[in-house]
Amino acid sequence: MRDTDVTEPAGTVARQTSPADGKDVVIDIDHVTKRFADYVAVSDADFQIHQGEFFSLLGPSGCGKTTTLRMIAGFEQPSEGAIRLEGVDVSKVPPYRRNVNTVFQHYALFPHMTVWDNVAFGPRSQKVPKHEIAGRVDELLEVVRLSDFANRKPVQLSGGQQQRVALARALVNYPSALLLDEPLGALDLKLRQAMQLELKRIQREVGITFVYVTHDQEEALTMSDRIAVMNAGHVEQIAPPVEIYGRPETVFVAGFIGQANLCRVKVLCCNRGTADYELCGQTLHVAFDSDEFRDGSDGTLMVRPERVRVHTSPPADDTGVQLTITSLVFQGPILRVAMRTADDDEIVAHVGTETEIPDVRPGDTVWVTWESDAATLLPPGPAPAPGDEAEEIPGETATSDPARGHDVEET
Amino acid sequence: MTAATRAAVPEMHPATAETRVAVIEKRFVPPRWLRRTGSVLLRMWAYFALVFLFLPIAVVVLFSFNDPVGKFNLVWKGFSLEAWQNAFAIPGLTSAFFTSLQVGAVSTVFAVIIGSLIALALVRYRYKGGAATNLFLVLPLTAPEVVLGSSLLVLFLDMSWPTGFSTIVVAHISFQISFVAVTVKARLRGFDWTLEDAAMDLGSPPLRTFLRVTFPLILPGIIAAAMLAFALSLDDFIVTFFVSGSEVTYPLFVNSAVKTSLPPQINVLATIILLVSLALIGLNELVRHWRTRGLPVG
Repeated sequence: MRDTDVTEPAGTVARQTSPADGKDVVIDIDHVTKRFADYVAVSDADFQIHQGEFFSLLGPSGCGKTTTLRMIAGFEQPSEGAIRLEGVDVSKVPPYRRNVNTVFQHYALFPHMTVWDNVAFGPRSQKVPKHEIAGRVDELLEVVRLSDFANRKPVQLSGGQQQRVALARALVNYPSALLLDEPLGALDLKLRQAMQLELKRIQREVGITFVYVTHDQEEALTMSDRIAVMNAGHVEQIAPPVEIYGRPETVFVAGFIGQANLCRVKVLCCNRGTADYELCGQTLHVAFDSDEFRDGSDGTLMVRPERVRVHTSPPADDTGVQLTITSLVFQGPILRVAMRTADDDEIVAHVGTETEIPDVRPGDTVWVTWESDAATLLPPGPAPAPGDEAEEIPGETATSDPARGHDVEET
Repeated sequence: MTAATRAAVPEMHPATAETRVAVIEKRFVPPRWLRRTGSVLLRMWAYFALVFLFLPIAVVVLFSFNDPVGKFNLVWKGFSLEAWQNAFAIPGLTSAFFTSLQVGAVSTVFAVIIGSLIALALVRYRYKGGAATNLFLVLPLTAPEVVLGSSLLVLFLDMSWPTGFSTIVVAHISFQISFVAVTVKARLRGFDWTLEDAAMDLGSPPLRTFLRVTFPLILPGIIAAAMLAFALSLDDFIVTFFVSGSEVTYPLFVNSAVKTSLPPQINVLATIILLVSLALIGLNELVRHWRTRGLPVG
């Protein structure tokens, strides 16, 4: 059958790099919008993914991340805008002529073929010479450490092993980018954490760009070089994990990644680079670099719970915000202190248990402070709904009700 | 028929009866003798059902070894291999037998191709008229064969299409398609279409994807459909009777022979068909066994 159908190898289209954009951009998402009938799945996504990068698309279910991935793979076509692979517009190129490969959510291994034949399917489709196929398949099975299982059928493998077969099968064509659609979703927690490190190792070993779709913020933070947080079809922010966590640009990102205290504040006056704002009658400073605020406008203040300090007496420099303790929960590595402002906003502090725990109980009045660089001033916007929240980082709790977000099939 | 019996036996197995009793035990504990009688009765009923199903077939096989006196092979006279040795001695019967096989083979090939493609289209794509196709597909399964046979005959007469081998084949295809499409559809419903995405993602164009991934995976369903279609063609009487013209198939021959003579060769050929079907079913089971050989690991 291999000899009957005539097609050029999938790589030929993608490998002609245009000299102008030859830098190191592998995937260029150029103002892409995708509509299904009346529903806008992806709205004006515009970003570039670089050579060798581990890039994550993170967001709650229905945010458009899987649709974006399917457009890169070629299963969907953008309604507007263009997708370029290595400088070549592939918006209208079918999946079998694109030099990207996908690891599917439920692996999609061919059940009637052995592990070896599964991995060899790609190069056979592309008419790679026989002797070369054998070399490549053996090499990839070595990389995923499944050489001893080459003659098994997929049903005879565990979930983690199937996962690695899917990975080998997708890498054997030496794609210019590997697309992964929640590949660890079907594994249990322990195996998932092991596979995260395994994926990272394999990515370093083969040096191929990974585009990783997930709703699990921990996964994204652990593995990514950069994360694109998506919500309702929009890309909210693209940044490395540290920046996404420490300097979120929107309320949604702040609430979706890790836990955050989000308080409505009034901006009193803003000069270049710094602003004064009011919180519970207290005037505080924050560094900021946006021109979205004017004197008197509303804003949302974000402070991570681990940056909040709790004092039993008013601090000497008079920067403390006075609060009432509502609950204290000991959680092993941290003590979770929930407090309430006079305006009924909740503020949570995580106090390390190896440091001195303040001798307080619910109902007590305390003062909290934070370094001015711990706070971020954000334009007001919708925070993620409880159901949107990704699985929490072990050792931490969510400030609001922690609901485990499980992605259902999009589109 | 064999499949139906295989399914029926475990249900009536005494072990199941005992489990059911165990559940009821909490409210009402039947005495030991009643439980035992119940289980014996149930077992006897199961055996009776088996006898009811297989006795006629056993008689057909047995009478192929009869040494009949006169023209009618209806009374056991003694054991003989004569009919088997001269299985093809009766020219009309032999030609009818091979006509049936030819009709079955030709019509099955066409019905399987057309029916499988209809099933693929219905499951894979949503299109205008899909629901109507679904409805019209089920109609021949429920409509009386007399209706199908007579309307086909009228059609052929209208077209001045001489009735004979070709009209029998066309008529058989027309009802086989429904059975094939319904059987293949059932198999396709559980099909994981992301496998096609995966194949294309790996660089396989649509045709190759179908031949290497989709087709091998739905092949068992297609084979099952083909066996069903062939059996339906082989034993069809009513529709065939309407459109056969001067052509005689095996069922038509047996029907007309009843009036003049019933040679034991009829039983011999019927037994041959039975043995071939059993062999095919056995082969199917063996292939399934080979495919799933080996225990899951982990």
